Amino acid sequence: MPKQKTVAEQLATKQKEISISEFFTRNRHLLGFDNPSRALLMTIKEAVDNSLDACSEMKVLPDLFVSIKQINETRFLVIVEDNGPGIVKQQIPNIFAKLLYGSKFHTLKQNRGQQGIGISASVLYSQLSTGKPTKIISKTGRDKPAHYYELNIDTKKNEPKVITDRVVDWVKEHGTKIEIELEGKYLKGRQSVDEYVKQTAIVNPHAQITYIAPDNEKVVYHRATQELPKESKEIKPHPHGIELGTFIKMLHDTTTNTIHGFFQGDFSRIGAKTASDVCNESKISSRSNPRKLSSLEAEKLFKALQSAKIMAPPTDCLSPIGSELLERGLRKEINAEFYVTTSRPTSVYRGMPFQIEVGIAYGGDLPKDTQVKLLRFANRVPLLYQQGACAITEAVTSTNWKAYDLQQSGSNLPVGPAVITVHMASVWVPFTSESKDAIASYDEILKEMRLALQECGRKLGAFIRRTIKAREQKEKIDLLEKYIPELASALSDLTDLKKEILQEKLQKVLKKELTNLEMENGKEE
Amino acid sequence: MAKKNKSIEKLKELGQKVVKDIDKNKNPNLIVPIRALSNVIFNQKNKTLELGNKVASRHFFNIAHAKKFLQTIEVAAKIKKELLESGKHSSLRDVFYMVKRTVPGTEINIVDEQPESDKSIEDLEVITGLSREQMHVNADKKGSVVGNVIIEDSGDKIDWSKLGSGGWSIPSNVEEIKFKKVNADYILYMEKAAVWERLNEDKFWKKHNCILLASQGQTTRGIRRLLQRFYEEYKLPIYVLCDGDIYGTYIYSVIKYGSIALAHASERLTIPSVKYIGITMDDIEKYDLKKHFIKLKDTDFDRIKQVSEYEWFKDNKEWQKQFKKMKEYKAKVEIQSLSSKGISFISEKYLPEKIKNKDFLE
Repeated sequence: MPKQKTVAEQLATKQKEISISEFFTRNRHLLGFDNPSRALLMTIKEAVDNSLDACSEMKVLPDLFVSIKQINETRFLVIVEDNGPGIVKQQIPNIFAKLLYGSKFHTLKQNRGQQGIGISASVLYSQLSTGKPTKIISKTGRDKPAHYYELNIDTKKNEPKVITDRVVDWVKEHGTKIEIELEGKYLKGRQSVDEYVKQTAIVNPHAQITYIAPDNEKVVYHRATQELPKESKEIKPHPHGIELGTFIKMLHDTTTNTIHGFFQGDFSRIGAKTASDVCNESKISSRSNPRKLSSLEAEKLFKALQSAKIMAPPTDCLSPIGSELLERGLRKEINAEFYVTTSRPTSVYRGMPFQIEVGIAYGGDLPKDTQVKLLRFANRVPLLYQQGACAITEAVTSTNWKAYDLQQSGSNLPVGPAVITVHMASVWVPFTSESKDAIASYDEILKEMRLALQECGRKLGAFIRRTIKAREQKEKIDLLEKYIPELASALSDLTDLKKEILQEKLQKVLKKELTNLEMENGKEE
Repeated sequence: MAKKNKSIEKLKELGQKVVKDIDKNKNPNLIVPIRALSNVIFNQKNKTLELGNKVASRHFFNIAHAKKFLQTIEVAAKIKKELLESGKHSSLRDVFYMVKRTVPGTEINIVDEQPESDKSIEDLEVITGLSREQMHVNADKKGSVVGNVIIEDSGDKIDWSKLGSGGWSIPSNVEEIKFKKVNADYILYMEKAAVWERLNEDKFWKKHNCILLASQGQTTRGIRRLLQRFYEEYKLPIYVLCDGDIYGTYIYSVIKYGSIALAHASERLTIPSVKYIGITMDDIEKYDLKKHFIKLKDTDFDRIKQVSEYEWFKDNKEWQKQFKKMKEYKAKVEIQSLSSKGISFISEKYLPEKIKNKDFLE
């Protein structure tokens, strides 16, 4: 009998490791690279996010240069340059040409980028769509050399492939410049790069952004404040904010040798007493080695931890825009009649501190008979896709805007000349997917959003009633003036008196009655 | 001619009153008696509906009143100029088109729909005391009549007994009609033209020496005025034949007591002596009509409640019995259900029997 392979053996010949970049090509949509126009936007977004984050690390007012050049019908060259701290030579290849490499994934801190898939995904996309390497120049200080790199990614090993590495002259004192060539599509409108840059300028009023679109149009978004945003601090995870899997991973990765030390060192808000209480509760010695716990013990410990009373997480880790600066941002980019903004106190969902800010611009040049424009932001980053799936949209549509004198049918966006801006700042924004387009609907988050919207809505409603009433009153008086010739002519037919004389007299009466009319509600009898 | 001059004078007076206010630098004001149930009084002595003393004061320089004010004066001016001064008559619809136009510099029409100009005419009636007919405005022709009667209308002699199957169609203004010969014992008025055609074909009016008169649905002013003139000039009894439902009751009620909308004209329109011949709720048992029941709707019950609470029905035991039965049956019957007993049952049996036995409701 010939030797038959078992099914498992047969399968084994087909099973092989899927490289991270293969995974990427097959799952582009998860990362936001599913179509050419979106790929262009994602690349700009990742580069701009990195630049703004880098500038805030260095506490320098950002001065960004963003340019898109069209090479041919479907190919674009994206250049983003900042005045940030620059990157040390050894790290440049890893940061730009190794997927899932970065400092942000492992910390809880309010950052623009969060998952670290970031810029290297754009580099990979560029490589896959054009075959061209990405060009980087970075310089860390006045007396330091500027390093020029051309990089590709070794897609099998997920390792950087350095094509060029040399020192160049660069006039900038410090900063980073990236040039990425990619297949893309440049569109105008709601989900365009233009819109992204503009919205970024609204929520980053401390940044100056020079933007050159493919049609060579140059827009400079000026700085509205010299004040840097409050620095956001890094915090340890809050025990009530983590899941069992994460907890087990933390047990495994800790550098401490006792459970007691692990609790106190790796979490926020756990003191010696709470640590002992949790150990007693789960009947596990506080001196055991965290790396040697069985999975059953780990689960017991986790349960005890979840039921322990623990203070809410510290809130100084957040860096909101602030009510005043948000208003300044809106004022400089949106031409309206009335602005109202609010910044809610810090709140907590699943152990994660967060803060909601809302701003509304109303009237002026904004279109009257369409739905309001909704601008969504997470950690100062505009969210342009998947509006319908976002908690922000849910909070806005479930608010009764009729109470604030905007039109609204059912639970749709209200209609009126308004822009509604909602910003969520958090150490961990719960996106619905890796492409970071929409915020997930947690009750605590929705509640805070609604409260902020209502607060702004009340002020907006008061404004509308005040101004609209005055305007309507004027329109009514204008109308009465138009009625005068009609009445004069009918009275002339009835009485054979001269129309012109009657008209003049009626105008005199109207002048006298004007003060009464302004008070009048107009009730018969 | 005297009448026409009086109408012109009345409308002119109205205009002069408004001008007086303007001359005094006052906000022009129209006092309009309110035409609604809240201002309708049932006069127990005359047994008719009358307008009460409640008035609305309408100011031109008041946003809520301005348009109505303008409509009323505009309609008055058009009636005076286009109708009275040229001696012409027109319909309500014509008046609507006479005043309909856009106020220059706005997107507002003086009137958008006919009910607005109709209302202005009613306002003018209560303000000036003139009737619609005196203002040369006619309603649509509606209704037919047949019988041993000869009249004179605009110089033409018309014999109502020689008009075949169609009869004489009743104009909306019957003021100028002269009765030359009236030979009848009573008038039978019915709300359905189809029933009138049946009775006319059976020559019911010849056999029973009566006048047959029908409208289609609501009784117009012309018909009401014609009935009133027959009663006042010839003392003819009038019997009303309607469907056995609350709307039939109300048709009878309007002829007898007057209507809320035209309470100001009751004097010239109501006939307190009319009697209701049928269909009564008792007829249903007597003539076995239950199998022709049509179910009542919620709105019908609401209407029964309303009508039964009107002052002029509230204390009428006979009618309250009828309302009670309507609610019990939860159904109504039409006049034509009598045809199930034979096509001429109504003319040969039902009506003669009822009249002979004086089986009426009052």
